[in-house]
Amino acid sequence: MSTAIDAAQIRGLTQELLAAHPPATTGRADFLAARFDAGLAWVHYPVGLGGLDAPRSLQPVVDAELAAADAPDNDPRRIGIGLGMAAPTILGYGTEEQKARFLRPLWIGEEVWCQLFSEPGAGSDLAALGTRAVRDGDDWVVDGQKVWTSSAHVARWAILIARTDPDVPKHRGISYFICDMTDPGVEVRPLRQITGEAEFNEVFLTGVRIPDSRRLGPVGDGWKVAQTTLMNERVSIGGARIPREGGMIGTVAKTWREQPALRTHDLHQRLLTLWVEAEVARLTGERLRQQLVAGQPGPEGSGMKLAFARLNQEISGLEVELLGDEGLLYGDWTMRRPELVDFTGRDAGYRYLRSKGNSIEGGTSEVLLNIVAERVLGLPVEPRNDKDVAWKDLAR
Amino acid sequence: MTAQTEAAQAPDLLYSEAEEDLRSAVRSLLADRADAPTVIAGIESDTPYDLRLWESLAAGIGAAGLLVPEKLGGQGATHREAAVVLEELGRSVAPAPFLTSAVVATEILLALGAQDGPAAELLGELASGRRTAVLALPFATPPADGAGAMTGTLERTVTGVAEAAAADVLLVPTAEGLYAVEAGADGVTVEPLVALDLTRPLATVTLAGATGTRLAEAGPAAEAVGRGLLAGAGLLASEQLGLAEWCLTETVRHTRERHQFNRPVGSFQSLKHRMAQLWLEVVSARAAARNAADALATGSPDAPLAVAVAQAYCSRVAVHAAEECVQLHGGIGMTWEHPAHLYLKRAKADSIAYGTAGRHRASVAGLVELPAP
Ligand SMILES: Cc1cc2nc3c(=O)[nH]c(=O)nc-3n(C[C@H](O)[C@H](O)[C@H](O)COP(=O)(O)OP(=O)(O)OC[C@H]3O[C@@H](n4cnc5c(N)ncnc54)[C@H](O)[C@@H]3O)c2cc1C
Repeated sequence: MSTAIDAAQIRGLTQELLAAHPPATTGRADFLAARFDAGLAWVHYPVGLGGLDAPRSLQPVVDAELAAADAPDNDPRRIGIGLGMAAPTILGYGTEEQKARFLRPLWIGEEVWCQLFSEPGAGSDLAALGTRAVRDGDDWVVDGQKVWTSSAHVARWAILIARTDPDVPKHRGISYFICDMTDPGVEVRPLRQITGEAEFNEVFLTGVRIPDSRRLGPVGDGWKVAQTTLMNERVSIGGARIPREGGMIGTVAKTWREQPALRTHDLHQRLLTLWVEAEVARLTGERLRQQLVAGQPGPEGSGMKLAFARLNQEISGLEVELLGDEGLLYGDWTMRRPELVDFTGRDAGYRYLRSKGNSIEGGTSEVLLNIVAERVLGLPVEPRNDKDVAWKDLAR
Repeated sequence: MTAQTEAAQAPDLLYSEAEEDLRSAVRSLLADRADAPTVIAGIESDTPYDLRLWESLAAGIGAAGLLVPEKLGGQGATHREAAVVLEELGRSVAPAPFLTSAVVATEILLALGAQDGPAAELLGELASGRRTAVLALPFATPPADGAGAMTGTLERTVTGVAEAAAADVLLVPTAEGLYAVEAGADGVTVEPLVALDLTRPLATVTLAGATGTRLAEAGPAAEAVGRGLLAGAGLLASEQLGLAEWCLTETVRHTRERHQFNRPVGSFQSLKHRMAQLWLEVVSARAAARNAADALATGSPDAPLAVAVAQAYCSRVAVHAAEECVQLHGGIGMTWEHPAHLYLKRAKADSIAYGTAGRHRASVAGLVELPAP
C-alpha cells in the first residue's frame, strides 16, 4: 500500500502537536489527550483510537521527537498493565463500543488497569484457573479468588479471565472479561510482600455481575484472547533508547566512583563483569529496536525479560554487599500500598528484594526459557497429560 | 541534542543488504570447500592451509582487500564487512589467514598512512591475496600492550605467532620502528608449534642476522600496532559469534534427533533451558560484536570501549557454546570425527587471543572510570 504514511509526515505531525500544545505551558493530561487525538499515542492503532494506521515501526520517530522536546509522558509504571496488556487485547478483540470507551482514558492515564489472571492454584499453569463465570440473562455472575494482583487497589478496571465451561478441557472453557473494580462483590485485600509494602493484592470476587457487553472475544475463547495479553506482557519494548549505565548498574557504578573506601578486588571483578553484561543487554535492546524500525522484528524480545531479570538481581545483590555496613540496614519496613510499581526507587535493600519478583512476575524465567526453547529454537514440547481431559476431572 | 544527531551517533547494529550478499558468497564457498571432513583432513596433512580455498576467498570474493581503499588496490569496504566474513569463518572454523593478514597486518599498514613506498606496496599485495603478512607478536597480545611491543632489535625470538607458518611477510616491531621481514629470507626461521587450536597454527619466529625494510619509526609504529590489535580484538568477536551460532544450531539439531528414554533428548527441560540460555547469549553477543565492528568502521571514539566490551563478553559466550555443544552431543561429541572438538579448540584459543576477557575487563575499568581498589 503506497498510501501509507511515512516518517517525514509523522515527524511533521509531531511538530504540529508540539506547536499547538507547547509542553512547557500545557498540563500533563491535556497534552496527553491532545497527543491521543492527534493519532500519535500509538501510531499503528486505527485513526480515531489514538493512532494513524501507520506502521508500528514509526512509533520511535514520534517518541524521539517528543523526548527531545521534553514533552510529558504517561507514566508506564502506573499504567503499565493498561498500556501494555489491556489496550492491545481490547484493540484485537473488543467491539467498537469497547474500543471507544476504554482506550482514550486508559492512554491518558485517567483510568488505571489491573490484571486478574493468577489464582492461588493457577500461576504458571494459568489455564487451570477455577474462578467461575455463570451466565444469568444479560450478565455473567463471577465467583472466585485472584491473587498477586498488582495495583488492584488503585485500578478502575481489570482484565479478567474466568471459567465459563468446566466440562471441556481447561484451555477451551475460559472466557475473557472486563471487570469494573468498583462493582459490588469485588473485594481487594492488600497482600504484604517481601519488601514490606503491598504493591499487589488478593482479590475476592463474590457474585460480581459483569454485563455480557464487557466480554472480550467469543465465549469459551478466552484462552486465545489471553495469549494476546501475555505476548504483549512479555515482549514490551519501547521506542526509548536506554543510555549507557541507564539501568541499575548506574547506581552501583556511581557508588563505586564516589566511595573508594568500599572497593575490594573481588567486588571489582564482579562489578566489571556485570557492567559489561549490562552494556551488552543495552546494546541487544538497541539492536532489537533497530530491527523493529527496519520492519524486521526478531524473536529477541522474548529473551530480554530473562536477561534483565537476572541482571537486576545480580547487580542489586552486588550493591548490597558493596555498601557493607550500610547494606545491613533497610530503609523502611512500614506496610504501605504504593500507587506505582517501583523497581528502582528507595534503597539498595529494597532494590535487592524487589528484583526477586522480576523473574516471577509476567511469566517465570523457567517458563520463558521453555517458550524460547520451543518457539524460537523449535525444540520438542513438553509431554502433556492435561490436554484432552475435562477441566472438572483434572487432579487439583 | 536533537533526535537527528542522536540517531546519527547511534551505532548501526543491523546488517546491510550488501553485507548479507557478502555473507552468502562466503558461506557457500566455505560450504563447498571447507566442510567439516575437509577441515579435519586438512589439519592432518602437511599444509596448514588449503591455498586454493584462500585464493578463492581472498581474490575470488575479494575478502583480503576489504579494509583497503580502492586506490591502494582493495575493495574500499569497512570493518563491518570484514566482521561478516569472520562470522562465516567462525561458523566453519576453516583455516584461513584472514584475521591475521587481512585484518591485523592490513590495519597496521593502513594506520601508517602511506600512499606509496614499501608499506603501500605491501598493502596492495595483501589486498590482492597474493601474499599474506602477520604481526610478529604473540597471539595473546592485547591492544593495550601494542605500544609496549616496540622494544628490542631484529635479533629476536617471538613465540606463539599465529599463522606465521603460512605468511610471506612478518611485521616485526622493534625499538627502532616497525620492519617488514620476508619470511623466506636468510636469517629467518619459522618453527611450527603444536597448537591447541588445530585450525589456526602457531609458530616460533626466530630472527638471527635477518634484514628487513623499515616501514615506520617507533612512535607512529606503536600507534599503528595498537590499532591493528584493536581491530583484531574487535573483529575476533564476530568470529566468536559465528562459532557460537554454529555450536547452538548443531546442538539443537542433534538433540532433536537423538532419542533416549523413548523421547528426543531435546525434549528434556534441563537441556531445553540450557539451549535457550545459550540462544540469549548468542543474540547478545551479536549486538556486542556488531557494535564493535561498527565503532571500528566509523572510527568512533567509542571504539576502544566497544571492543573491550565485545571481547569481555563474546569470548565467554563462544567457549560456553562450544562446551555445551560437546556435552549435549554426549559420547559422539568427544570423538575426533565429529567437528565439535574443532570448535572447542578454536573457542578456547580465541578466548586468549588478543587478550583474555580479564584483560579486556581491565581496559573497561580504565575507560569508564571504575578503578581497582
Ligand atoms: C511482583 C509480582 C506481581 C504480580 N502481578 C500480577 C498481576 O498483576 N496479575 C496477575 O494475574 N498475576 C500477577 N503476578 C503473578 C505471577 O504472574 C505468577 O506468580 C507467576 O505466573 C508464577 O506463578 P506461581 O506464582 O503460581 O508459581 P508456580 O507456577 O507455582 O511456580 C513455582 C515454580 O515452579 C516453576 N515452574 C512452574 N511451571 C513450570 C514449568 N512448566 N517448567 C519449569 N518450571 C516451572 C516456576 O518457574 C517457579 O519457579 C505477580 C507476581 C509477582 C511476583
